Amino acid sequence: MFKILDKRELAPKIYEMTVEAPRVAKSAQPGQFIIVRTDEEGERIPLTICDYDRERGTVTIVTQIVGISSNKICAMEPGDSFADFAGPLGRPSDLLDIPLEELKKKNILFVAGGVGTAPVYPQAKWLHEHGVRCDVIIGARNKDLFTYVDEMSRVADVHLCTDDGSTGFHGLVTALMDHLIENDGRRFDHCVIIGPMIMMKFAAMNTKKHGIPTMVSLNALMVDGTGMCGACRVSVGGKTLFTCVDGPEFDGHQVDFDEAMRRQNMYRGNKKTNPETHKCSCHGS
Amino acid sequence: MAVKIPRTPVREQDPQVRATNFEEVCYGYNAEEAALEASRCLNCPRPRCVQACPVGLNIPGFIKALHEGDTAGAAAIIAQDSSLPSVCGRVCPQESQCEGSCVLGIKSEPVAIGKLERYVGDWKIAHSAECADTLAPRNGHKVAVIGSGPSGLACASDLARLGYEVKIFEALHKVGGVLVYGIPEFRLPKEAIVAREVDNVRKLGVEIETDVVVGRTITIDQLMDDEGYEAVFIGSGAGLPRFMGIPGENLNGVFSANEYLTRANLMKAYDKDYDTPIYEGKRIVVVGGGNVAMDAVRTAKRMGAEAFIVYRRSEAELPARVEEVHHAKQEGIEFRMLTNPVAVLGDEQGKVTGIECVRMELGEPDESGRRRPVEIPDSKYTLECDTVIMALGTSPNPLIKHTTAGLDTNRKGCIVADEQGRTTRPGIFAGGDAVTGAATVILAMGAGRKAAAAIHEYISSK
Repeated sequence: MFKILDKRELAPKIYEMTVEAPRVAKSAQPGQFIIVRTDEEGERIPLTICDYDRERGTVTIVTQIVGISSNKICAMEPGDSFADFAGPLGRPSDLLDIPLEELKKKNILFVAGGVGTAPVYPQAKWLHEHGVRCDVIIGARNKDLFTYVDEMSRVADVHLCTDDGSTGFHGLVTALMDHLIENDGRRFDHCVIIGPMIMMKFAAMNTKKHGIPTMVSLNALMVDGTGMCGACRVSVGGKTLFTCVDGPEFDGHQVDFDEAMRRQNMYRGNKKTNPETHKCSCHGS
Repeated sequence: MAVKIPRTPVREQDPQVRATNFEEVCYGYNAEEAALEASRCLNCPRPRCVQACPVGLNIPGFIKALHEGDTAGAAAIIAQDSSLPSVCGRVCPQESQCEGSCVLGIKSEPVAIGKLERYVGDWKIAHSAECADTLAPRNGHKVAVIGSGPSGLACASDLARLGYEVKIFEALHKVGGVLVYGIPEFRLPKEAIVAREVDNVRKLGVEIETDVVVGRTITIDQLMDDEGYEAVFIGSGAGLPRFMGIPGENLNGVFSANEYLTRANLMKAYDKDYDTPIYEGKRIVVVGGGNVAMDAVRTAKRMGAEAFIVYRRSEAELPARVEEVHHAKQEGIEFRMLTNPVAVLGDEQGKVTGIECVRMELGEPDESGRRRPVEIPDSKYTLECDTVIMALGTSPNPLIKHTTAGLDTNRKGCIVADEQGRTTRPGIFAGGDAVTGAATVILAMGAGRKAAAAIHEYISSK
């Protein structure tokens, strides 16, 4: 059993939980995810690791209520325990493979949308701890939906944008990206995009336009998360890969987003999913 | 005289009824039936059945005890060689092993060894309090076992009996490996049988930790260097599903058998109280002819679908157990033999609408000794369906290979190990599907036992 130590509401329907999971905390790297199961009847739900504390033996996750399982996760309180909390799963971020000296010369841009902001944090934090500065664009529909802005501001240069202009730049993340590059003369040579699939699709199209190598973190449906079932199949550059073991980060210019979005809706209308609210699995978006 | 008694038939759930539920198909023998069947064994001086058993179970010995009315004695004899009699009695391919070599089978029908083993195993579960194994004195040596499937459980049991401090690390949330995620409830009940046999392994002193994905949560080197395990047994199975590589395989409605079965078995998607969904197909085509294909197609039938098997060879080459094919037919599964899929077809929303197939005929024998299926020209046709399940076999997961330096694998990704399970790294042993590729429960158990003996030798001689 994996005990929840802290819980806080970051925005409406978005919760952060810190969970006691010493083995996961010890091995976790930025970019990886965990599989959580609330109880005996629960689904195995993949969630990106948002922070970890090796000494305290804790891992932080952020969940947005979008359906039955995410609702069950968010209904749990400090003192309660998850039945299962397995990980870290997937490959760590590619940034960790780049020699530090080289990394320090790079201008790295993160683009975060919605609940995808928290999963960007461990990568930005890791870079900060290794003396590499980076920029983070955080987009939300309005000012009330931002999460992790304070945390992020401590480790990166943050640029906010909202669809309605209530805070920061008025416009989508793609428009802010254009603004930074075209108006402010910023130059980026590596981009990581994490957020809802549709946002990642358009943001990746935009970085392609600007010629910036780009990674995206996919939030595919999964069952086991260890390469056993293939539910998370994704086409990358015409090849079928498994998000859980080959990803979750892939070359954003090679991913077939239309197929990926279609596959996310595999169980829409299924007896077990609530068609009112349950749009997709809960990791990332 | 024994030969004159015909093989005792076993009672089964009515095919029409069972095709709509997940209750166990076969009821097994009761005490009278088991006694009668046990009386048929000739107790051969040089029993061929024992040689044909991958774990070398003392078959005539336990049957004799059973015949004499000593079921506890029979259970004790089996326990010397197997921790999972209730499992093996249900899922072993007896027709090609013990029963296939029974002398009675030459002129009549072989002794129903599998059903008798199951009877004794189930009796032991029901009487577990009375036949508690005595805990061997601990010898102070620690061994880690990776994977709680048949090979891991068998290896851990033998080592615990020798006094080792054994811990099994399981990646999933439930213990049993393929016994819980792969083989369906109607063939192998999870709570009543698998969980109870696992309890018996725990009673030997074996510890089990779930949610540990070795290669990610911890590496083998960390287990040995940081946690003090002197030897490691890798029984991580063959979990990586194969696809055909034909067009349309990523359409909505195409699944690996592993996914479909994992949702149904491990996640209990067929039960309305569980949250995991399963695709609600009306016409489901399963591609393949092995036990996994039969499990998938019979699960599909129970989910209320019209269910088909598509297999590129003929019925004689079906690799599945004879009993599974027989049961599948009884339950109304349609078999389309000598048929090979060439593409999955879909609509504009990306949902499966059918599977395009070609008809095959058998040509010359191939390297497997079976006649090679050859495509009949201009024989393309479409089988309409909304779901396609690929049951084409599995390969070992590369996670452990990638994170363990010096551990060799072959070109199929299987860990290289000798007959005793010794890998290319001293102190690291392996067995079961991780070494052989997808095979049977009992072969995996046999490999686990051999590796346990080799681990004992390795640690004793250090």
